[in-house]
Amino acid sequence: MVATAFAIIRLRNLFAVVILSGIFSLLAASLYVLLMAVDVAFTEASVGAGISTLLMLATLAITSEYEKKSRRSNWLPKVIVFVTGAVLIYGTLDMPLYGAADAPANLHLIPRFILESGTEIGIPNIVTSVLASYRGYDTLGETVVIFTAAIGVLVLLGRGHNRWRPGMRKPVVPEDREEEV
Amino acid sequence: MNDHSILRVVSKIMIPFILLFALYVQFHGDFGPGGGFQAGVIFASAFILYGLIFGIENARKVLPANATRILLACGVILYAGVGVAGMFLGGNYLDYNVLAATATGGQHLGIFLVEFGVGTTVAATMVTIFFVFAGQDF
Repeated sequence: MVATAFAIIRLRNLFAVVILSGIFSLLAASLYVLLMAVDVAFTEASVGAGISTLLMLATLAITSEYEKKSRRSNWLPKVIVFVTGAVLIYGTLDMPLYGAADAPANLHLIPRFILESGTEIGIPNIVTSVLASYRGYDTLGETVVIFTAAIGVLVLLGRGHNRWRPGMRKPVVPEDREEEV
Repeated sequence: MNDHSILRVVSKIMIPFILLFALYVQFHGDFGPGGGFQAGVIFASAFILYGLIFGIENARKVLPANATRILLACGVILYAGVGVAGMFLGGNYLDYNVLAATATGGQHLGIFLVEFGVGTTVAATMVTIFFVFAGQDF
């Protein structure tokens, strides 16, 4: 994963970058499988490696294949990235070991979900019952976020986006030629 | 891509299976990994594949713009409607226990409907975003 990440940073061929980011997502999905988080792995594989790679390729089709060389010096972004990375790694030092039985995350709600969701919800997949029932509001919010994303894309790029609307000074396209657009 | 006959034939064979797999992920989410979100993405990918191979115009004939827009809203309405239905039946918002005779039956029904709503919205969103992006003429 680290090698792919560095290749993504160094390469200027955007097609290779898109494919490499798909590979990166696939590796992340395999990592989630190793951590026994199959639902997350499934999402990462279908969204990260599948749909987002596809959307990037569709975007590449309407722009150029090579990245332009930037002339501005980039030491400030580098410093910010390294400091943030160092702080994040420092933060992980205090975290409990993976799978530790006395980790706070494993003490509070998880035992309850594991012990009682079978009788309360009656569904074998605990992830589904947490996602759709215990955390129903969160999932509703996520669905609305996705809905909003689609509405935003439609408003910006959708059919008839250059027609006259109240608030515009004048029609961008004359009325009689509107059908051709 | 009209002249790539291998791509056309293979995608024609693949698309029904992708759709079927999406439905399996959708309705089997209670028992195995998966659920509305993943199923919606897989379902949408079948239409996107069709759009890539046979052109956006043909894909729009299969799934018109109005249909995706209506489906987009339907998913969210279904999800929120399940919550409101729970309220009318005497529970809290998004409380599935009251939806059926037994509490677990209600939970099954509620989760099923809610996941279906998520799947519908996600599929419609992905199809919309791809078609709108790819349908631009630059």
